[in-house]
Amino acid sequence: MDNLSYLFAAYSIIFAAVALYVIFLWRRQTLLDSRLRSLETQLSEIRDGLAKS
Amino acid sequence: MKNRAGQNSIGPNWASWFGLLTVLLVSWALFMVFVYVPTEAEQGIVQRIFYFHVPCAWVAFAAFGLVAIAGFFYLRFGQKIWDDLARAAAETGMLFCSLVLITGSLWARPIWGTWWTWDSRLTTTLVLWLLYAAYLMLRAMAEELPQVGRLAAVVGIVAAADIPVIVISVRLWRTIHPAVIITRQGRHGLEDPRMIATLLVAFAAVTVLWIWLLMLRFSILRTARRLTELGGGLAELRARLSEQEPKRGRQILDLQSR
Repeated sequence: MDNLSYLFAAYSIIFAAVALYVIFLWRRQTLLDSRLRSLETQLSEIRDGLAKS
Repeated sequence: MKNRAGQNSIGPNWASWFGLLTVLLVSWALFMVFVYVPTEAEQGIVQRIFYFHVPCAWVAFAAFGLVAIAGFFYLRFGQKIWDDLARAAAETGMLFCSLVLITGSLWARPIWGTWWTWDSRLTTTLVLWLLYAAYLMLRAMAEELPQVGRLAAVVGIVAAADIPVIVISVRLWRTIHPAVIITRQGRHGLEDPRMIATLLVAFAAVTVLWIWLLMLRFSILRTARRLTELGGGLAELRARLSEQEPKRGRQILDLQSR
């Protein structure tokens, strides 16, 4: 490997690692969105149940 | 991608603006590293790793320092916000500390002729990485335990004691790792002003990148904690309603909707 390859590898790894971490954060955020939707559904079910009673 | 509140699903609007600032600064830093700065006379083109290697080290130290500070405040005041901040800082610190070790190894191979040597600075940096890996493993394995935050805070504070050791290691022990920013003779090692300018821009870019990632992770951890609490409250409400207390349940729901 010549010196240019080491330089290319170093900067590629830096930005690949940051991109992977951003993807990890985005997936966490998506999970939170689905949890929020689930809680909203549960809340509306309780409301409906109360309205009927 | 937008959520129902009209915000980016990755985080609130500030995250988008801060992300844009990060992209601009990192692009500027890359332009300076690959176009503007002159090639170093002795090491050649591979020395350009230095302009991101050193800022990554600075950010890793800042992140782990923040873990210790937030851990101290969590032990002192017991507020979960400090625990979440420490966890977000530890994760981002691990990212940058890993990058320091990897880019350092890629730089060492052509210059020193080896991927790794048990040099004092390299070894103490690896010890720091291992300590915070243990911190994150503790958090992951004992997440359900109520005392995990306090245990992790203690580990985070103790582990941060390695940071000053890394900084002074090149002066304490015989080492092949260069002391570039401040040399062993007390001077700064970058003679060309373009090298100093490039390093400063890279410092700003990597620091802003870290703050952006830290704020995103912190925001996600805070939201997750609130949703867990809300889920617990909702389960309690369901249990009460099933005990035939519809009147009391309706009052609780009215309070929540306000």
